[in-house]
Amino acid sequence: MTAPIEATGAEQQAQPDAVLAGSGRKAIQGRSLGQIAWMRLKRDKVAMGGALVVLLLIVMSLPGVTELLSRTFGSPPNQFHQNLVDPTLGGPIGSLGGISADHPFGIEPINGRDLFSRILFGARVSLLIGVLATLVSVVIGTVMGIIAGYFGGWVDTVIARLMDIFLAFPLVLFAISLVGVIPNKMLGLAGNDLRMGVLVFIIGFFNWPYIGRIIRGQTLSLREREFVDAARSMGARNTHILFKEVLPNLVAPILVYSTLLIPTNILFEAALSFLGVGINPPDPSWGGMLSAATELYTVAPHFVIVPGLAIFITVLAFNLFGDGLRDALDPRAR
Amino acid sequence: MKSPKVVTSAAAGAVVLSLGLAACGGGDDSSGGTSSAKFDAGSTAVVNASDKKGGVLKMAQPDDFESLDPANIYYAYGLNFTRLYSRQLMTYASKPGTEGSKMVPDLAEAPGTPGDGGKTWTYKIKRGVKYEDGTEIKAKDIKYAVARTFDRGVLRNGPSYFTQLLDADGYKGPFKDKDLDKFKGVEVKDDYTLVFKLKAPFAEFDQVVGFSGQTVPVPQAKDTGTRYGMHPVSSGPYKWEGDYQPKKGGTLVRNSNWDPQTDPNRKQLPDKIEVQAGLKAEEIDNRLMAGTVHVDLPGSGVQAAARQQILTNPKLKANADNPLAGFHWYIPINTKNIPNVECRKAIVYAADRAAMFRAYGGDAGGQVSTSIQPPAVDGREKGQDFYTKADVNFTGDVNAAKDALNKCGKPTGFETVMVFRSDRPKEKATAEALEQSLARVGIKLQLKGYPSGTYTNEQLGSPAFVKREKVGLGTYGWAPDWNTGYGYLQPISDKDAIVETGNANAEELDDSVVNGKWDEVVKVQDPAQRAKIYNEIDARIREQAAILPNVYAKSLLFRPTSLTNVYFHAGYGMYDYANMGVTG
Repeated sequence: MTAPIEATGAEQQAQPDAVLAGSGRKAIQGRSLGQIAWMRLKRDKVAMGGALVVLLLIVMSLPGVTELLSRTFGSPPNQFHQNLVDPTLGGPIGSLGGISADHPFGIEPINGRDLFSRILFGARVSLLIGVLATLVSVVIGTVMGIIAGYFGGWVDTVIARLMDIFLAFPLVLFAISLVGVIPNKMLGLAGNDLRMGVLVFIIGFFNWPYIGRIIRGQTLSLREREFVDAARSMGARNTHILFKEVLPNLVAPILVYSTLLIPTNILFEAALSFLGVGINPPDPSWGGMLSAATELYTVAPHFVIVPGLAIFITVLAFNLFGDGLRDALDPRAR
Repeated sequence: MKSPKVVTSAAAGAVVLSLGLAACGGGDDSSGGTSSAKFDAGSTAVVNASDKKGGVLKMAQPDDFESLDPANIYYAYGLNFTRLYSRQLMTYASKPGTEGSKMVPDLAEAPGTPGDGGKTWTYKIKRGVKYEDGTEIKAKDIKYAVARTFDRGVLRNGPSYFTQLLDADGYKGPFKDKDLDKFKGVEVKDDYTLVFKLKAPFAEFDQVVGFSGQTVPVPQAKDTGTRYGMHPVSSGPYKWEGDYQPKKGGTLVRNSNWDPQTDPNRKQLPDKIEVQAGLKAEEIDNRLMAGTVHVDLPGSGVQAAARQQILTNPKLKANADNPLAGFHWYIPINTKNIPNVECRKAIVYAADRAAMFRAYGGDAGGQVSTSIQPPAVDGREKGQDFYTKADVNFTGDVNAAKDALNKCGKPTGFETVMVFRSDRPKEKATAEALEQSLARVGIKLQLKGYPSGTYTNEQLGSPAFVKREKVGLGTYGWAPDWNTGYGYLQPISDKDAIVETGNANAEELDDSVVNGKWDEVVKVQDPAQRAKIYNEIDARIREQAAILPNVYAKSLLFRPTSLTNVYFHAGYGMYDYANMGVTG
């Protein structure tokens, strides 16, 4: 043993014994699974980049923040600026889609609405629907998967067939027709709140089998493990085993697949909006903007590029973060 | 004009469908004039007039015809196209300008003669007119053609006026029972005389006969029923070379048995006409501008990309026309959900017409409207504005709107729902413009989009839906089958026209003054007097603030320089296909 190591002098004095001593001490401390995962995640620059973008998006979408940003850098999302638009062609007057100090992302063709604000408010819609729908899928998928995997037998058969049925469902067609028949007011919701609820239901409720299958598979292997046997031999009830023994071991896959499901759901919401069954105008949504842009891409190419990039960046960020998270939690999957 | 892309649903049985044939050459009455190629020249005159024969005329379309059986077509472009290979009893005059919406005899010697107070219509047909095989066309062939239209199982797409108007005692068509004597709706007096027998007097029977191909003669022995559309027997200047290949196309060649002496409405200029189906709309636009395709069959105008190119390039623009296409895009205000006229007035006052005009593409997309009847309607007057201004700069009168709201007893405004077709960006933009402009006076619009496939039947076209969802406003467009005030206004304003599905009277107007005038007008014999009443009805609807006028639609059509004898035809709402030629 040498003299106690000063933190400042550590690098200069680096000696084999010192290193050995240091690592030895750490090993003794021991680290939880979460700590290890966090360490791995921190080292993954790409995943951290994704996480940063995701965090930024979430902050931007917080109540109050969106409004503040929109007020500061743009103008209200539904306000027309038709004096900035060519009346015949419909495109913004001036180059680069009418980008100016007042309108940092340019303006929408025909109406001249501020694209920056519309992208911001559109982000809130996309994230909210993406996250809530994921939550619905994950809750249903986890419960169903865990039950199917743990109890097996006829319960498993029934749930597996149910999953097959849900997976075979023509979801987009169903969404289009359902939006047509849903009344104006329902369950105490009206207008776009109701529309969002319907979208969350459609996207969330019909996508649970994907996560359900994964959870079922994991549960199947977990229930044969020693600690489950031990719990059972100690006389634990099924509910205890399910929620106290099995579920904690499923947190990692649930977390990973939730993160990967969010971008899928955001894309799905965009697709539905593109087809005209998303959020009602004048409230902005990215898919709706893209759909409006398809007619006008020659007069206003930026109108395709801006919402397209918004969707692209968001989905990419979630995916990178999700991939990193999976690598961190389960290095064998690498 | 209806294009396959735009079509929604033909409400079966409605007297006038929105599959329209209305149009106008821009207001002035020039006809028969000729012009050199400059922007919009073809809207009112013949461009590149020529009688030079020869060449191959190439036509293309993104989708395909409903059928080539002239009796089984409802789209205006299809009816326009069938004139190349078939002749009918009456047809639209082949003239530019408003003359084109007049009915003239084709196979008939003269317009129909009404008898029995308008319950019978007698036509004499020309002698010596032949089919492509040289046999003469007789009156019984036309009777047979009309009889066929009674079998809706075989002829699904065509109009159903004859089954509604003719007195035929539940006749089921000649396909199941070939004995034509059982069909009493049309009587054959001799080989060249036909009498149509109606259940009730109908003053505009010439229009019924002339607007569609349902009086194109069909030889009974050669009728193959549902397969007849693959190779219809020609009576016009061209005949089919082999069968038509659905989704692919076909070729028309000269019919040597067609006699120009009997037919003032068609020319036989190209040697051949090639039709190609299933090309992408954008591809057709590119080929039009390159000159390798001469005609975009649907005739509803170029797509957005080409529109941009044409409007910004003077050379291309000189070869484009921008006529009024026949539709009036307007906003019905539901009188059941917003029963107080003052509240409806507030909506009309507050509406930003400038923004709505821009939503439809500005000058090239439409013309700000005053009357509900578009300019192409016979005898239509512009009329005066009620509570709004037909001005591209009018952004609404907020103060007048607030006054009206006070009188309505809702000084702080009210909430209502506005529906629109979500797959039509122009309607979405219109709805957004109204939402913004009405919000200024406290009228809160909740916008709801629906697919156009169901919109006119199940949403705006369903009074039950409108009631349940408290729909106050909607986007709507309308073009009649033929250009009279009856055809345009009756289905959208008469109480009797309100139906359970496919309702065109979307404002659900049940106004005693309007209803009274509809009862009165059917007894009036003089067309000019009738037109006067139609104009009064038009004004009354707007005085009741039941309809907010928006824009008369304009289309942007491109004519390649190699196309001769080309002009916008008011009857079909696109170029006349039966008189074109090609050079080079």
